[in-house]
Amino acid sequence: MSLYATFNIDSAVQGNKRKDKLFGLFGLLATCVGMLTLAALLMDLMLDGASRLAPHFFTSFPSRFAAQAGILSAWVGTTLVMLVTALTAVPMGVAAGVYLEEYAPKHWLTAIIEINIANLAGVPSIVYGLMALGLFVYQLKLGQSILSAGLTLALLILPIVIVATREAIRAVPASMREAAYALGATKWQTTRDHVLPYSMGGILTGVIIALSRAIGETAPLITIGALTFIAFLPDAPFKAEFPFVSFDWLLSPFSVMPIQMFNWVSRPQQEFHLNAAATGLVLMIMTLAMNGIAIYFRYRFRKRIKW
Amino acid sequence: MSQVQTRTDRIRIRSVAHTSSSASAWRNYRERTIELILFLCALSSVAITLGIVWILLKESWQFFAQVSIVDFLTDTQWTVLFENPRYGIMPLVTGTLVTSTVALLVALPLGTTIAIYLSEYASARVREVLKPILEMLSAVPTVVFGYFALLFVTPLLQSILSDLPGFNMLSAGMVIGVMIIPYVSSLSEDAMRAVPTTVREGSYAMGATRLQTALRVLIPAAFSGIASAYVLGFSRAVGETMVVAIAAGTQPNLTINPMEGAATITAYIVQVSLGDLPHGSIAYQSIFAAGLTLMGITLIFNIGGYLLRKKFREIY
Repeated sequence: MSLYATFNIDSAVQGNKRKDKLFGLFGLLATCVGMLTLAALLMDLMLDGASRLAPHFFTSFPSRFAAQAGILSAWVGTTLVMLVTALTAVPMGVAAGVYLEEYAPKHWLTAIIEINIANLAGVPSIVYGLMALGLFVYQLKLGQSILSAGLTLALLILPIVIVATREAIRAVPASMREAAYALGATKWQTTRDHVLPYSMGGILTGVIIALSRAIGETAPLITIGALTFIAFLPDAPFKAEFPFVSFDWLLSPFSVMPIQMFNWVSRPQQEFHLNAAATGLVLMIMTLAMNGIAIYFRYRFRKRIKW
Repeated sequence: MSQVQTRTDRIRIRSVAHTSSSASAWRNYRERTIELILFLCALSSVAITLGIVWILLKESWQFFAQVSIVDFLTDTQWTVLFENPRYGIMPLVTGTLVTSTVALLVALPLGTTIAIYLSEYASARVREVLKPILEMLSAVPTVVFGYFALLFVTPLLQSILSDLPGFNMLSAGMVIGVMIIPYVSSLSEDAMRAVPTTVREGSYAMGATRLQTALRVLIPAAFSGIASAYVLGFSRAVGETMVVAIAAGTQPNLTINPMEGAATITAYIVQVSLGDLPHGSIAYQSIFAAGLTLMGITLIFNIGGYLLRKKFREIY
């Protein structure tokens, strides 16, 4: 009896309930830390960099004089590298995803491929850069070029594209495939005409997120030898005279926006930090916009398709 | 009109049936070719791994032909680019481990708290809004985080700790920590949500609060998934390059004090790559040996995580 008297169950319950509520508040606070950091980051970039965001910032080459410097060669480089990356990683990644989800028989080789893709997600990006330096730049003699850079980033985002494709394809119900088979379609016809179109929303979301990650990658491109100061543009891909297209730009040296920003951050002078902030702002707007579009796609396709 | 169409359709069907054997041979051939192409694309991911291992081992092999592996592991100086080079990887390894430890001290408590909050407390609508915003954190280019660490966090810390140098591992580590929160929280949340509702309801039926359920039932039950999240977070922190290269300095420094500046393995690779090094020189090969060490550290922690998971695995 005396035991019951000393242990007040009501106050214990109250205490536990209070702790429970308190933790809810704590959780919200922890989430806010992440969001506040994001907000502080954006504010910091805007306060420092907004004054530099004039049109001539996008149409000038880097310069010794901070106020005249711009990111022309950097954004052109980023665009061309991304072009190579997208044209390599998207077809290969989607094809690999289709194979693993629709075709792959269950045996040891498939298992190895799957384990391997999971492990690649944990490989530091700079290691991809080292591999590309040894393989693309020196072994295959592609040089420190846009082609090498594009391929490096393509390998880096390949696992992301594969995983996104697989998830999107897995969401297509088996009844869709069975209906196509029942009408005499082959496996490839079913995949091309039914499975892929239905999963396009998910694949597109994954591709955009993967590309937004590639845009911000710096370390692997420094490793393969991107230049930090470049005052010319690669050869134009389209020409006025025959044969109208040229691929010389693929082997041209290059710089990209994150590397330009890194170069400016590393300088001791304050004025160059403003340029870095402006470049960072452009990068942030691009990646956030791409992620926003991806989230919108995901939301829309999820709403529209009802099996 | 419709009758005519039906008749031509019938004729067409008959003619298709007539040539079906050659058509189906062509069809089979095409199907096989496409399957082969798709298979090769899937196999390319394995080729990436083999390529990484092959290049790292090949170049490191040449490095270790000139530098003894004992010196590499025990020497306390890393001065590859100096007159009398010394090749002790220890200062770079401690730099990497100190920044990663600071990062994990930030990311693990915050990430786990967020995971519990999102999975057990937040309503579906709140979660729908908060999760994408949180994931934006991992979408921000790392070079931007580097800028933030050097020119925002470090001055902020200096106003509290007045003798903090401009390049220090503390601010770099903290920023990396915030950066990897989404990796930790997302995977942990998935793991907690995957625990069957009946387990949760059992706990509630015994009178446990949400917090007690989360701490004493869900975390042990989801331990396997949470450990994977931690290991991935650690891999990210160890491999992070731009934040440390910008904010932690490029001077190898054998210390475990996060208030000092020190180069990490990744920062060293960046520093060497920025210079124009001749292909085949020992400094060129040293970045591959450094990369191999980085992979080794990641591998050790991944295996450790695997063993831990196996030991505490709960199956429903």
